Amino acid sequence: MGKVTGFLEHTRELPQRRAVVERVNDWFEVYQDFADEKVQTQGARCMDCGVPFCHNGCPLNNVIPDWNDLVYRDRWREAIRALHATNNFPEFTGRICPAPCEAACVLGINEPPVAIKVIEKQIIEHGFREGWIRPEPPLERTGKRVAIVGSGPAGLAAAQQLNRAGHSVTVFEKADRAGGLLRYGIPEFKMEKWVLDRRLKQMIAEGVEFRTNVHVGEAIPGEELREDFNAILLSGGAEQPRDLKVPGRELKGVHFAMEFLPQQNRVCAGDTVASQILAAGKRVVIIGGGDTGADCLGTSHRQKPMSVHQFEIMPMPPGDRSPQTPWPLWPLQLRAESSHEEGGIRDWSLATASFSGDEHGRVSKLHAVRVGPAPKFEPMAGTEFTMDVDLVLLAMGFTGPVRGGIIEQLSVNLDARGNVATDAGYMTSSPGVFAAGDLRRGQSLVVWAIAEGRNAAAAIDRYLRN
Amino acid sequence: MAGLPVEQGLYDPRNEHDACGIGFVVNIQGQQSHEIILKGLQILINLAHRGACGCDAETGDGAGILIQIPHKFFARECAQLGFTLPPVGEYGVGMVFLPVEPSHRLLAEGILERIAREEGLTVLGWRDIPVNVDAIGRVARASQPYIEQIFIRGASGMTQDELERKLYVVRKRAESEIAASDLPAKNFFYIPSLSSRTIVYKGLLLAPQIAEFYNELTDPDTVSALCLVHQRFSTNTFPSWQLAHPYRYLCHNGEINTVRGNVNWMHARTKVLASQLFGDDLKKLFPVITAGGSDTASLDNAVELLTLAGRSLPHVMTMLIPEAWDADMTMRPEKKAFYEYHASLMEPWDGPAAVAFTDGRVIGATLDRNGLRPGRYLVTHDGLVIMASETGVLPVKPEEVKFKGRLQPGRMLLVDTIERRIIPDDEIKERLWSRQPYGEWLKASQITLDSLPEPPRVYESDLDTIVMRQRAFGYTDEDLRVLMQPMAVTGDEAIGSMGTDTPLACLSDKPQPLFHYFKQLFAQVTNPAIDPIREELVMSLTSYIGTERNILEETSQHCHTLKLPHPLLTNRDLEKLRRVSTSDLLANTLPMLFRVAGGEKELERALDGLCRSASLAVKSRYTLLILSDRGTDREYAPIPSLLALSAVHNHLVREGTRTQVALIIESGEPREVMHFALLIGYGASAVNPYLAIETLEDQATRGNLGSGITFETALKNYKKAVNKGLLKVISKMGISTLQSYRGAQVFEAIGLNKSMVERYFTGTSSRIEGIGLDVLAREARMKHDHAFQHVSEADTELAIGGNYQYRVHGEYHLFNPLTVSKLQHAVRQSSFETFQEYTSLINNQSRELCTLRGLMDLKPADKPVPIEEVEPATEIVKRFATGAMSYGSISKEAHETLAIAMNRIGGRSNTGEGGEDEARFQRDPNGDWRRSAIKQVASARFGVTTNYLVNADELQIKIAQGAKPGEGGQLPGHKVDETIARVRHSIPGVQLISPPPHHDIYSIEDLAQLIYDLKNANPKARISVKLVAEVGVGTVAAGVAKAHADVVLISGHDGGTGASPLTSLKHAGIPWELGLAETQQVLVMNDLRSRIRVQTDGKLQTGRDVTIAALLGAEEFGFSTAPLVSMGCIMMRKCHLNTCPVGIATQDPALRKKFQGQPENVINFFFFIAEEVRQWMSKLGFRNMDEMVGRVDRIEMRKAIDHWKARGLDFSTILYNPQVPRRVGRRCMIAQDHGLEQALDYKLIDHAREALENGTRVEFKMPIRNVHRTVGAMLSGEIARRYGSAGLPEDTIRFDFNGSAGQSFGAFLAKGVTLTLEGDANDYVGKGLSGGRLIVYPSRTSTFLPEENMLVGNVVLYGATSGEAYFNGMAGERFAVRNSGATAVVESVGDHGCEYMTKGLVLVLGRAGRNFAAGMTGGIAYVLDETGEFSSVLCNRASVDLEPLDDPIDMQTVQKLIEKHVEATSSPRGQWILENWGKMIPKFVKIFPHEYKRVLGIPKFVPRPTTHIQQSAERQEAAHG
Repeated sequence: MGKVTGFLEHTRELPQRRAVVERVNDWFEVYQDFADEKVQTQGARCMDCGVPFCHNGCPLNNVIPDWNDLVYRDRWREAIRALHATNNFPEFTGRICPAPCEAACVLGINEPPVAIKVIEKQIIEHGFREGWIRPEPPLERTGKRVAIVGSGPAGLAAAQQLNRAGHSVTVFEKADRAGGLLRYGIPEFKMEKWVLDRRLKQMIAEGVEFRTNVHVGEAIPGEELREDFNAILLSGGAEQPRDLKVPGRELKGVHFAMEFLPQQNRVCAGDTVASQILAAGKRVVIIGGGDTGADCLGTSHRQKPMSVHQFEIMPMPPGDRSPQTPWPLWPLQLRAESSHEEGGIRDWSLATASFSGDEHGRVSKLHAVRVGPAPKFEPMAGTEFTMDVDLVLLAMGFTGPVRGGIIEQLSVNLDARGNVATDAGYMTSSPGVFAAGDLRRGQSLVVWAIAEGRNAAAAIDRYLRN
Repeated sequence: MAGLPVEQGLYDPRNEHDACGIGFVVNIQGQQSHEIILKGLQILINLAHRGACGCDAETGDGAGILIQIPHKFFARECAQLGFTLPPVGEYGVGMVFLPVEPSHRLLAEGILERIAREEGLTVLGWRDIPVNVDAIGRVARASQPYIEQIFIRGASGMTQDELERKLYVVRKRAESEIAASDLPAKNFFYIPSLSSRTIVYKGLLLAPQIAEFYNELTDPDTVSALCLVHQRFSTNTFPSWQLAHPYRYLCHNGEINTVRGNVNWMHARTKVLASQLFGDDLKKLFPVITAGGSDTASLDNAVELLTLAGRSLPHVMTMLIPEAWDADMTMRPEKKAFYEYHASLMEPWDGPAAVAFTDGRVIGATLDRNGLRPGRYLVTHDGLVIMASETGVLPVKPEEVKFKGRLQPGRMLLVDTIERRIIPDDEIKERLWSRQPYGEWLKASQITLDSLPEPPRVYESDLDTIVMRQRAFGYTDEDLRVLMQPMAVTGDEAIGSMGTDTPLACLSDKPQPLFHYFKQLFAQVTNPAIDPIREELVMSLTSYIGTERNILEETSQHCHTLKLPHPLLTNRDLEKLRRVSTSDLLANTLPMLFRVAGGEKELERALDGLCRSASLAVKSRYTLLILSDRGTDREYAPIPSLLALSAVHNHLVREGTRTQVALIIESGEPREVMHFALLIGYGASAVNPYLAIETLEDQATRGNLGSGITFETALKNYKKAVNKGLLKVISKMGISTLQSYRGAQVFEAIGLNKSMVERYFTGTSSRIEGIGLDVLAREARMKHDHAFQHVSEADTELAIGGNYQYRVHGEYHLFNPLTVSKLQHAVRQSSFETFQEYTSLINNQSRELCTLRGLMDLKPADKPVPIEEVEPATEIVKRFATGAMSYGSISKEAHETLAIAMNRIGGRSNTGEGGEDEARFQRDPNGDWRRSAIKQVASARFGVTTNYLVNADELQIKIAQGAKPGEGGQLPGHKVDETIARVRHSIPGVQLISPPPHHDIYSIEDLAQLIYDLKNANPKARISVKLVAEVGVGTVAAGVAKAHADVVLISGHDGGTGASPLTSLKHAGIPWELGLAETQQVLVMNDLRSRIRVQTDGKLQTGRDVTIAALLGAEEFGFSTAPLVSMGCIMMRKCHLNTCPVGIATQDPALRKKFQGQPENVINFFFFIAEEVRQWMSKLGFRNMDEMVGRVDRIEMRKAIDHWKARGLDFSTILYNPQVPRRVGRRCMIAQDHGLEQALDYKLIDHAREALENGTRVEFKMPIRNVHRTVGAMLSGEIARRYGSAGLPEDTIRFDFNGSAGQSFGAFLAKGVTLTLEGDANDYVGKGLSGGRLIVYPSRTSTFLPEENMLVGNVVLYGATSGEAYFNGMAGERFAVRNSGATAVVESVGDHGCEYMTKGLVLVLGRAGRNFAAGMTGGIAYVLDETGEFSSVLCNRASVDLEPLDDPIDMQTVQKLIEKHVEATSSPRGQWILENWGKMIPKFVKIFPHEYKRVLGIPKFVPRPTTHIQQSAERQEAAHG
């Protein structure tokens, strides 16, 4: 159980981020490697709680105390088994999950929480290093075929689970490479793409078929899919970005984050992108203070802009956990991601009123005003201001799956929020058609996507076996 | 049982208990006189306080007297009736209870006469004996049988022994025939005695009534040389005439814990019984043990058979109640051989017992191996022996006393009126051991594992398939990690905290081992648990297996058994047994597997087949049956080992062949202590847990056990842990030996259906129905499916478990991340809305079943009461209490926060067992009060001073605690800081041990005594008694009510925050719903409910829980876990590690700083609960809580439960409402009568008024008798109230008594009081001594040597915290037990002296008995060890060093003490020692506890080359050589 008095003896320690001057000049991951021994010491801090809140705080219900202990005891092989038992892709979550587990860690009540995320990443990397992560093809096939539409984390998790259960799985991806947001959303400096490829390789070896560049709903109509497969899982994500409907939105140089970020991913992958949206030498404003905004920020830094601002409509959160979100809830508090460390100016309680452009129809000015708190965001008189901009990136979240296409073809009902509605067993209104991930629950964390994928896979497996 | 109600609701007459006072008086010369009878009657009257009365003050629980046949009287009377008696010895007299209705009576008489004739005897006539019905109580009258005597003459030429045997045959036949007949009112028929030697007069009487009722006892012609008497205290008020003692041969104080097993085995061995003396008559005696008898009646039945079949009475008693011989290093080998030989014949009848017995010629008494009941005797110069539970029961002039003694553990007092002398124990035993060459027989016939040849082949471990098999047997990751690994690494079972909140096995969705449907029973009140560590010398795991033979004979073949030192077999051991072929030991292996696909049908078929094969094997003369589940494969799954075993066991018992074979289990299933305990408890002789062993090997091979732990070490440790665990399980039931535990079935099943239990677990209580074979088959199927699933690399090998720690995919927990955080958010933000979210999570058990109450529905009233008319929450919260959590187990901050909160709302907080800092007794300047209203009095008596007692509103006697009923506890030294040590009267850093039992409560009348003590010390406080729910708790509660407690608390098994071995945490005790309902039902049935308040606790979490508890019968409610959570507890469950990260269960100053709880959090919690209760009351139509108490009619079982397990449950027994008239109260309405007005202390207080008020010195002289109990306590309470713990200056108040003092003389005596006593005293002298002085010496006119005579009884100075005591004579067992500060001088002590002592000074100027200083961690003792025996064998050196008296400071201390002793008592021995001081110094031994030394920084003692001990031993050798 970790070390009984470990939490009293050791302090929290995380791997260092590489120096800003160094990292903004490359696209490699921000964090440095961490020695196994250091991670074991962090494992010793786990108190092996009678009621481990982390385990519940994690959407995947990772059995965190168990593998913390195994790591502490140098039993890495069992640790990866325990970790894989609830999480197909710890190498993703260990890099890009915001770690609600740590927010729920009991030690976090009055001390810095256990460095769970670091331990998780180390377990899986240790496992790969040792060659323990091998393909696990099913011993026998059920003869049932499952189509998975969308190869993001939800689709991948479902694919691996269903394939291992013996079903024949085909994953359809409209892009040229599999991975969804993991591929074309998460910047390299947060997760280098070989990490994704490494896992895809395992899945292919296990027998999962990937069909990229196939836009289901366009290239293949829903009916055809229905005929060819015993079950369909929709996991196409929530790709409909929230727009900023203000005057000047149509100006050149105002882009959605998801126009901007994938291009850089492609470039990093060695593709050439014609007329790439670049921050280089520009005055950049990112609208939206969330994770996507931070990704835009880090990506911009690496493109060498003249300046970057990041605006958020909500007020600046408190430095520590807000009393409105007591432990073990996900805390409302000011966070400083690596991208913030790298520069740029953050500002809060700001609403963009309009953009104005130059003679070429390019954006040149942003007109903003300070606003009061949610939900009204009342503009405060006399706080209006204008600033010069060259590039505006809209990172204001997503409003659900892209309507039309396959969703329409399969006559799948949506819920009030515009997401695909399912029953408790992840089945949509259309029999045999299931949904998981952001497409079902709205934009969320990668860890939720994996959880959804696993749960949907279990439901599909039950469906296929009955 | 006759006279008791039939089984109904949760009441079962089998759970009734009784205890009492016993006594006898005998003329050694055998001279008969009427005087003897009068003396016997006088003894009874003076023991009256040890008995009890029911609801009718004139009706006692029963009393009786056994005397020799008063021939002169009968001859006279019979002549008047028209028949002549032959000479004495040629006829028998029967005392016969008969139906009252004449026609029924005549039928019964006719049957008896016919049977006598058929047996060749002549009925001389009947005597309709005159009884005085006006002398007895109303209830007794109403149930009184018609009482007659029958006179039966033997056939000519019959010897008296032959006549006795025939009379026995006649009685047994008559009993059986009438029991089987349809004679109306046959329950009245009972024969108290039918003998040519003795006659028993008994009935539902109070002591003084017996002579009035049976008028002939006062007739001068009624004479006897001996007289055995008994005063009963039972746990009920049901009128029963038959249950009074004496029985035909004995009367008994205490309890036979193992009686169920003993009776089963007696029954099982009937088939092989044969007797030359009885010949064909033997069959007429069956069943030997009359069905439905009490434990004493059953023991009497066994004694009767064995005696009449030819053994002497002392021989029989020694055989049935042997002394603790296994571990006795002082016992001579021949005697050991005698005991070992008899151990292979039959198991002991084990329990706290003082048994007085007689056959009319010899009379004697013996104590159980542990000496847990008192027995004092004296011999007069003119040849009288008077023995009784107390001294002082008969006035005897001091100068007439020749000798005063006490019964000692395992020793026998025997007076032979034929030989006309007292036969010393040594001589009795020598006669016994020299009867036969037992030692040679053993040598020749007994087999051990070591003596068996090496097996040619042994099963190899198969680590490749281990995961599959672990899955097949339902192993979880937790089994390995939480249960087995600690056992393998440390040799101890793991400890856990914070109780259990997972579903009962019968509500769990996970497949469970069958073991987990059972709960351990444990001793509470009616018998004590034993400390298997500190009192190891009485415990034994040894057993003798093989075929059992006719116990009525004695041959060398009888010990042809296999001796097993403990019941765990390795694979090699088992193979040896499998291939054994020594004489008639022959083994056969029967597979316990079934075709899993066939489900229930196949399981049943397999069980039938197994039973058939077992029968066949017995017929084929196999003597060892190995039930094996090796060979599980895709098709075959294991039958749950317990089911297979118990099915075969019960089948063979029914068949009458059970004792011809031993059952051995070879199974992959058992892995934790509970599993082994159950297998043995249901009859297994030994267990080979092959998969557990392989698992250890696997774990060791994988390196999971840490470095240095090889498989061999792991196995050794694991065995040790299992064995220790087994000892703990049996000891908590008060059982000492595994042999008598085997088959005793001391378990209760929860959620198994009756038909399955009756068939396979015959005799086990299972009260709410539940699952059957179908579910067991399904569970087997689930495990089997899991086993044969592919073991994926990307999954854990075993299921996760989640029993001990919350896991999402494991067992459900009531306290889970969601409920804990919701509750904390609610109380911190004062949000009732959030609180209701929390309670709805707990209450809504539609998806996750967890508790019995979760399956209950409340019936709303037709017309709800408007909520504003319901009594306010401020009233309801007064019924709330927080649980007993000691300062020590939780931090000062947490403890005081609870107290402040409860005092603010008018509820009650509880000190727990750790005392309380006196600084908290005064209110704080802001009006807050940090004092706990409830002061707990637990077994260790930490901090229990007079001042502590008077600063309480309620004194709570903790008999058991939910987390670990029947067990003691310990506070590790690192938790004992300065303050805790001060409050607990101990030494900082020294570990503190709480004994499993209260050493002043071994029995129900002892509890009455402690209640009386506490009530004396603080008459204003109410006294509560805390019990833990188990089957029979209602009966115990009735006893508690009769013992005059004001409140009884029924704790559920799930409650309990304390650290506890995991086995106890999970598997002992039952839900409070069952215990509370049983308590309510039994109290109502006995009409005792109206005198006692009932409280319940055990994971109460919501207003609905409280409402259900009230409806089931509770008036008050206790909470522990939820208030802790309200203060910030996050259910870390690491309380025992001192690492609580939120500062609650820790004494670490750094961690204590993290405590953030506020009284407001706790107050919010209680008000929220009260508010919810109000909402329920409104719905249910109750305006106040009193209306609601006991209204079970408003609860129904939830309809349409479709859970695969729960659908079989039936709550009708819980919801049973006894049909009694309206006048019988269903809640507390009248106050208990504590009988304080007779207390001598009122006089003392009167005399001491001047001293109390002005501090003036006072001094008085007065006589004292044994009926004067607890003298000095009330006076001391008065002092403490006025002067606190400082008391008065020494000797301000002095009372000089003369006579025999009753129990608890000088209890809680406060500083400033000196009591001197010339005479002697009973048990518990100076209990809780709080600064006072006690001086006891024999009468100045007595003629004996004080140091060789009994002066004060057992358990003297128990829990004393300060003060002085000087005893010029011998003390009994457990002198200065748990002493934490008193200084005492005594001239000799019995066994277990200074046990668990933590502080203080004890000087013994003579012999100290065995096991001295067991568990002693602090203080110093000095013993004058003249023979060297003390140092070499008697002292338990596990926790102490023995050192010579060579330090001048020590010498001076001892010398000073002796001087004081001589000054106080004029002790001749003290004087003599002082006169020879120089010579005596080397003979003193200093007993210095290791722990104490450690904290003083003194290294452990290394004996020098020659010490005085060795010297004296050498001298002795020289002298003998």
